[in-house]
Amino acid sequence: MAYSPKVLDHFQNPRNVGSLPKDDPNVGTGLVGAPECGDVMKLQIHIDPTTGVIDEAKFKTFGCGSAIASSSLVTEWLKGRTLDQALTITNGDIVTELDLPPVKVHCSVLAEDAIKAAIADYHRKHDSHMAAAG
Amino acid sequence: MKLPIYMDYHATTPVDPRVLEAMLPYFTQEFGNPASRNHAFGWAAEKAVERARQQVADLIGASAKEIVFTSCATEANNLALKGVAAMYGEKGNHIVTCATEHKAVLDPCRQLEKQGLRVTYLPVRKDGRIDPGEVRAAMTDKTILITIMTANNEIGVLQPVAEIGAIAKEKGIVFHTDAVQAVGKVPFDVSQVQADLVSMSAHKIYGPKGIGALFVRRRNPRVLLAEQISGGGHERGMRSGTLNVPGIVGLGKAAELCGAEMADEGVRLRRLRDRLNEKLHQSLDGIYVNGSMEHRLPHSLNVSFAWVEGESLLMGVNDVAVSSGSACTSASLEPSYVLKALGAGDDLAHSSIRFGLGRWTTEEDVDYVAEKLTTVVRRLREMSPLYELVKEGVDLSKQEWTH
Repeated sequence: MAYSPKVLDHFQNPRNVGSLPKDDPNVGTGLVGAPECGDVMKLQIHIDPTTGVIDEAKFKTFGCGSAIASSSLVTEWLKGRTLDQALTITNGDIVTELDLPPVKVHCSVLAEDAIKAAIADYHRKHDSHMAAAG
Repeated sequence: MKLPIYMDYHATTPVDPRVLEAMLPYFTQEFGNPASRNHAFGWAAEKAVERARQQVADLIGASAKEIVFTSCATEANNLALKGVAAMYGEKGNHIVTCATEHKAVLDPCRQLEKQGLRVTYLPVRKDGRIDPGEVRAAMTDKTILITIMTANNEIGVLQPVAEIGAIAKEKGIVFHTDAVQAVGKVPFDVSQVQADLVSMSAHKIYGPKGIGALFVRRRNPRVLLAEQISGGGHERGMRSGTLNVPGIVGLGKAAELCGAEMADEGVRLRRLRDRLNEKLHQSLDGIYVNGSMEHRLPHSLNVSFAWVEGESLLMGVNDVAVSSGSACTSASLEPSYVLKALGAGDDLAHSSIRFGLGRWTTEEDVDYVAEKLTTVVRRLREMSPLYELVKEGVDLSKQEWTH
């Protein structure tokens, strides 16, 4: 299969590979997929507590080139967004940007799921953090 | 060293220049139809075809009259399975085969099942080999055919075909073996294996694409097949159609060269294959060889690199041509059914790479491939959440995953 230039670029030069401290209350972690399915994505976001804006996003992905590219792309998109703005990113946006073929659409779905999972984790922590503080 | 490096010789091989040279006259000057019985053009073509038939027969210890030319090994497998099913239908309706066979055997089996035949798909052990005892146990008085490949195309594992052949012989059941990956690479003798039907292909042994052959035993027992392509009764009534003379000449020449060079080439390739395996093991942890190392084609290696996905690995080693059992590289989006049959777990199937060395593989190539693979695996592991979890001491099999 031929890869689009954007997939190749993200694969060769992935943005924001790495990890954030997952116990930090301002960090949300999403871990989606399964090894036996051939793709697992870990997406982490750090939210500036004063502004509520995502100021850091990191990923690690086990998966094909398109899965790596999809997660790399969303880390770029997430920075500078509020959580509500982050939730507006859809898998369709990823497919369009990376020019993914139909067989690779599931990679973009996984990336969208990872965003939602990371935000849900942040909310969960934040609620319990608030509850503990209150 | 020339890039990209081809290390996918199980998929296909380049035509050896000596083979091409032998073929060329049969496209132009010697273009006759071997079925033309009454002029010199036909006679010249027939002579070339019969010479090739002998060359192929010599490679597997057969007699020339036992070789039927087909368009490819897939056709040879179809002819063997469907031909036996139709010819021996009165005797029984049961076929014994194996879960790790090539699709060119499994798909005809599925088709025969739709026509009412019963097929037993035997499992393999963890090392990819079939237990001959299971073949014996699977047979019934309705069994008309046992079909077990000689060497597997994905993992290179050699099946105990001589033992299976002996069982088939004892029970008087026809034994077919798809020997496409083995013939010309390791010694193969139809008497020693006691095979009744053997499928072969030219393009796996440095011959051209578009030509294959089926060995059909003529004595002890005489095996009969119902033709699957009719129209003129060529090839002793088993396969009609004008003979592909240049292709046949190429297959013959390729067979002759393999016969002459197999012993030395086998030693050379085994040394290179083992060098590749050792280098990978020295530089990386979490790597697993799929299938028996002992019973294996000398030029074949299949390795799973834990915690990295096969397609991304192929993408990373883009100047090396290898293949993967990863779902992402298959049309079906399923990981390799062969690796799954070994019970290795889907995650290792997704992480597998098949290396096929061949006639033009050099030590320099092997060193480059080992180094390149190591670099890319390390890079991808740095990006892999699974690798990170394992390094944190998490047991991946106990982790809960979202599907």
